[in-house]
Amino acid sequence: MRDLSYDAVMARKNEIMKNALGIDYQIYEYGKIAFDYERMLRENSYPIDKIQDIQRETKVGNTPLFELKNITNLVRKHSPAGKGARIFIKDEAANASGSFKARRAAISVYEAQKRGYKGVIAATSGNYGAAVASQAAMRGLRCIVVQEVYDSRKVGQPEILEKARKCEAYGAEVVQLTVGPELFYMFLRLLEETGYYNASLYTPTSIAGIESLGYELANQVLKREGKYPDAVVVTNAGGGNLTGTARGLIKSGARDAKVIGASVDLTGLHMASDKDFNRKSFTTGHTGFGVPFTTTPDRSDVPRNAARVLRYMDRYVTITQGDVFYVTELLAQLEGLERGPAGNTSLAAAIAIASEMDQDQIIVVQETEYTGAGKHPMPQLTFAKSNGIEVRRGDSKENIPGKNIVIPHGIDQIYLKDFDMMKLRRDYIRNITVQKDIYEITEEDLLFLCDEVKLGKEDVLGILESLNVKVQQ
Amino acid sequence: MIKAKKNYWVEIENLVLKPNERASHLPEDTKATPLMMWIKGFLMDDEADIGDEVSVKTLSGRIVKGRLVDINPRHVHDFGNPVHELLEIGMELKENK
Repeated sequence: MRDLSYDAVMARKNEIMKNALGIDYQIYEYGKIAFDYERMLRENSYPIDKIQDIQRETKVGNTPLFELKNITNLVRKHSPAGKGARIFIKDEAANASGSFKARRAAISVYEAQKRGYKGVIAATSGNYGAAVASQAAMRGLRCIVVQEVYDSRKVGQPEILEKARKCEAYGAEVVQLTVGPELFYMFLRLLEETGYYNASLYTPTSIAGIESLGYELANQVLKREGKYPDAVVVTNAGGGNLTGTARGLIKSGARDAKVIGASVDLTGLHMASDKDFNRKSFTTGHTGFGVPFTTTPDRSDVPRNAARVLRYMDRYVTITQGDVFYVTELLAQLEGLERGPAGNTSLAAAIAIASEMDQDQIIVVQETEYTGAGKHPMPQLTFAKSNGIEVRRGDSKENIPGKNIVIPHGIDQIYLKDFDMMKLRRDYIRNITVQKDIYEITEEDLLFLCDEVKLGKEDVLGILESLNVKVQQ
Repeated sequence: MIKAKKNYWVEIENLVLKPNERASHLPEDTKATPLMMWIKGFLMDDEADIGDEVSVKTLSGRIVKGRLVDINPRHVHDFGNPVHELLEIGMELKENK
């Protein structure tokens, strides 16, 4: 009988993960902090045409790209003369299971089947669970989804409850837990007990699955408009959506498209807090994941996260919960598309960004998600009110996460807050060196850091110097 | 009260970690509570009442033990109450055209 205590299971983490993924991450490590990112992706995923073939097999990809003409017109009414870029949206709700997450699940579940696993497990409270369940159903694999869903009173976010229902609809077992990072412990226990594949969000296959999204949208815009998009806005949480999309854009040839990350601002709420858990209306796509994963990507369920946004992100902005609920209404009432709020995080940001851009430019919102009971502005705001959150109309600037949700009176009250990219890069470098008591790195590590934060050698050396980290000669 | 019978669709509860067994670095409010787990499945016992220790067969085919907490558990999430702050947005958009 194996010891199932918290400490004992956590101590077996590496062994469990190796069995549950079949990837030896150790061989990609070098220097003091570096690893060969591109080689890890190359050797553990597939070229883009193969990715698209796999996705076609299980009803994923080739989603429509729509121009949002009415929203664009509204933006132009509120923009300086000549401003107001054309806004397009990629209707990812059209994928099997209703979100872009099907792209990552398609490749992970294909991989599990190919490697002979009998089932797959995913630890997620989001759309990814339904995506894995749906893909597993098609490939005849068993599926377990582990969710963080309830506070200590067994009160659950309506959005997560809906995702549990959807997973069951595809025949998956759903394991529901109260708030806390020990979800990972339970996840390890289940992997060990069943011998199933870890359908992690952070493996090379999971990221490769999203490359087709960037690749497709760039080619759709090119075919229709004779040029690539000028900007693509991506909701940022764990980083996979942005990393995969950006890699796909590069592979299509759209190298000049600006890649902009967007998260819902939940500053001040503690993600592992029993009390804060139900005081937010967004369960992902927010700063509580976006910021830590940007500055410490290797915090996930795999030793090396294939999602590394600072390699690709040109700009990172936040908007408020109220903004997202407002634009969800715009999408329904001006464009006739009723979609889930969480998927509209990047739309809210795009509306504000478009008004800074010229009218002949094109900005693409690269996802939508399905909507339904629980996963809709009405139940989410009903739930917020029942948890003591004040819901009212007003200026977006009045939003205070965990206290109120202020829905703007118009799009001119959606304000972008920009992260200082240099500060994020510096935080990343600090976290991978000083925070781990590493004060001396090699020349190879230096080049690795340049790739990791998309900066030249001089800039990285400057940051290292300010942190008192030396480079061995 | 209804008794659950063999093969009924039920929900079971388990205490996974007591407060003192939980991970370090938790916020104080979370640290004070146990880590709880709920799983649904088909009842394997011949008969059971709420509160009994039972076994279920889950949708993935696992057999799991736990305390019976619900029989034929309903999905309770819905479309919520009408939210005035949202309803008025459509009207504003039309009036401002």
